Amino acid sequence: MSRPMLEIVALEKSFGDLKVLRDINLRVATGEMVFVIGPSGSGKSTMLRCCNRLEEPTSGAILIDGKDIVGCSSSALNRMRLEVGMVFQGFHLYPHMNVVANVMLAQIKALKRPKDEARERALAMLDRVGLRHRAETMPTQLSGGQQQRVAIARALALDPKVMLFDEPTSALDPELVGSVLAVMKDLKDSGMTMLVVSHEMGFAREAADRVVFMDGGLVVEEGPPEQIFANPKAERTQAFLSRVRA
Amino acid sequence: MDGLDRFLTTFFNARIFARYLPDMLAGVWTTIWLAAAVIALGLSLGLLLACLRAYGWRLANFFIICFADMGRALPPLVLILIIYFGLPGLGLRVPGPLVLILVLGTVLAAFAEEIFWAGLTSVPKGQWEAGRATGLGFTQTLVQIALPQAARLALPPLVNRVLAISKMTALGSVIGVSEILSVASTAQSFTGSAAPLTMGAIAYVIVFLPLVVLTRLLERRFAWKV
Amino acid sequence: MQDFIRLFFNLEVMAQTLPLLMQGLWMTAKLCAAVIGLGLVGGLFLALGALSHRRWLRWPAFALIDFLRALPPLVLLIFIYSGLPFAGLAISPFAAVAVAFFLNNSAYYAEIYRAGIQSVPTGQTEAARACGLTTGQTLAHVVLPQAVRNVLPDLLSNTVEVVKLTSLASVVSLAELLYSANMARSLTYNASPLVLAALVYLVLLWPLVRLVSRYQRRLAA
Repeated sequence: MSRPMLEIVALEKSFGDLKVLRDINLRVATGEMVFVIGPSGSGKSTMLRCCNRLEEPTSGAILIDGKDIVGCSSSALNRMRLEVGMVFQGFHLYPHMNVVANVMLAQIKALKRPKDEARERALAMLDRVGLRHRAETMPTQLSGGQQQRVAIARALALDPKVMLFDEPTSALDPELVGSVLAVMKDLKDSGMTMLVVSHEMGFAREAADRVVFMDGGLVVEEGPPEQIFANPKAERTQAFLSRVRA
Repeated sequence: MDGLDRFLTTFFNARIFARYLPDMLAGVWTTIWLAAAVIALGLSLGLLLACLRAYGWRLANFFIICFADMGRALPPLVLILIIYFGLPGLGLRVPGPLVLILVLGTVLAAFAEEIFWAGLTSVPKGQWEAGRATGLGFTQTLVQIALPQAARLALPPLVNRVLAISKMTALGSVIGVSEILSVASTAQSFTGSAAPLTMGAIAYVIVFLPLVVLTRLLERRFAWKV
Repeated sequence: MQDFIRLFFNLEVMAQTLPLLMQGLWMTAKLCAAVIGLGLVGGLFLALGALSHRRWLRWPAFALIDFLRALPPLVLLIFIYSGLPFAGLAISPFAAVAVAFFLNNSAYYAEIYRAGIQSVPTGQTEAARACGLTTGQTLAHVVLPQAVRNVLPDLLSNTVEVVKLTSLASVVSLAELLYSANMARSLTYNASPLVLAALVYLVLLWPLVRLVSRYQRRLAA
């Protein structure tokens, strides 16, 4: 494996006395889509949020294209966060701005793009998630699935090297999940490096390159989806999968 | 003269109304610009302090909270009397209108800081995270994302407070600022009639009713939004 | 600096005028009791009027509330104190203050009650009526307890405002705390009694203001 796009080395995270992550090691190659599954409280989301330091790691290193995001200064952090796109479970679109302004804001303020260019780029990204025609709408008037696709466009517009997805479909009605997964699939096909925390097992089986099973703050098992789903080695993985299927 | 007639000439004497109309209009003007200055000072200072508080510097926050608490706990008239009657003892004579603007502006700033701060703490954490995750700095996230949402939440209580404190410009009558109530009281003692007081009350209602109506409109708009 | 301390924080003058101020504080307490008590009751009736289904009740209630909210309390006080004698209604300073601030605060308490009552889900009323409670019983035992709990910080905050408001009684020469302090100032040519009065207000109201802040942390989105 050549140099990975995202590499997590000996990552630990404690909240007070509670150890949420203990020695996580994970590599995501360029263009790879890695799925993280596991029971709630296993530390999946915390690990993901450490990757752009929304959560401050207790120790360890996280390399984005070879550069450590854990040790860097706060101004360097803002620059590195541009390289790491994040999609939240709750969308978190800015309710006081219309859709295209949502996608433009960080381009103008953080990336210092000229306004026209930012707008052009925003419209292109909205087009990509199939929502160009809703550019002037306020976020609250969109369905959950549409809001999440705008959130993806907002992250993509900054030309990130890696995209993090934190349970992107968990807050959606079942009939809206498909549209978001379709955008993610399209993103993978275009060569984006993606780390996804999600419960969409069917999608993982079909689209993921690798699946990581986490429990108790540890990576218990990892491998290609067909192996993890059809033939899990660890007992905890088997128990989890049988509970999910039941 | 029957009772109603006497009541009308006592409280609604047209001749006295006409005679004091110019003075009253001048008083109205004074009340309006005093209120405008108080609002400008109070809101800008309050907003500034609430933003400063967001940075979470311990020492600064201690002073901001003390300031906001004292401004809300002290009756404005006490502060007005201390400054207006106390400072000349140190050879510092502050003109009445300035005393009024400083005291009421500061008091409004104390309330506005608390209201803006409550607004800022009501902005969901995910909004901050979304801003920071897209590479915006703390100040950028504060100004671009948190503040507009906080201001929206703060609007209804803020307008109520602005109304309450603007009305306190009537305290100017105690320290010789010739705003509406001063004009009315002076005219009342000159004419020996209650009509100027009625006139003053009417003037206040005309000046401040628009703000009251504004609070009603905001209340309705925000009720729809839910 | 020494001048400043002598004029504003003169302990001797403070000690000398403390008894006078305490008498004033007693008057302030009596005023607060009267205004808060009357205001809480008057406010409730005004709120019920404003929430009534009958237009002839609702409309005047709203008009009265808004009129009282537009009028500065000091103006109302002066009008009652100096104006009513012209109509042959001489009135004591205490009564004038009590009536003026009762009217003013009824409007403010009414707005708070109204918000509180509207915050109680209609299902609560329906459930109570379905159980056979009368309108009055539903209001007293089901709606009001929840309503008051929901707006407790606002009721408290307005009560702080009432205490501060009573300082305006000094304008009509009612010997409450601020009047006494200002009297002491003019007798001693020293601002320390006013500072002492400020400290008394601060000691009384700071805990309440803290409490209000604690409860009012979040604004409804």
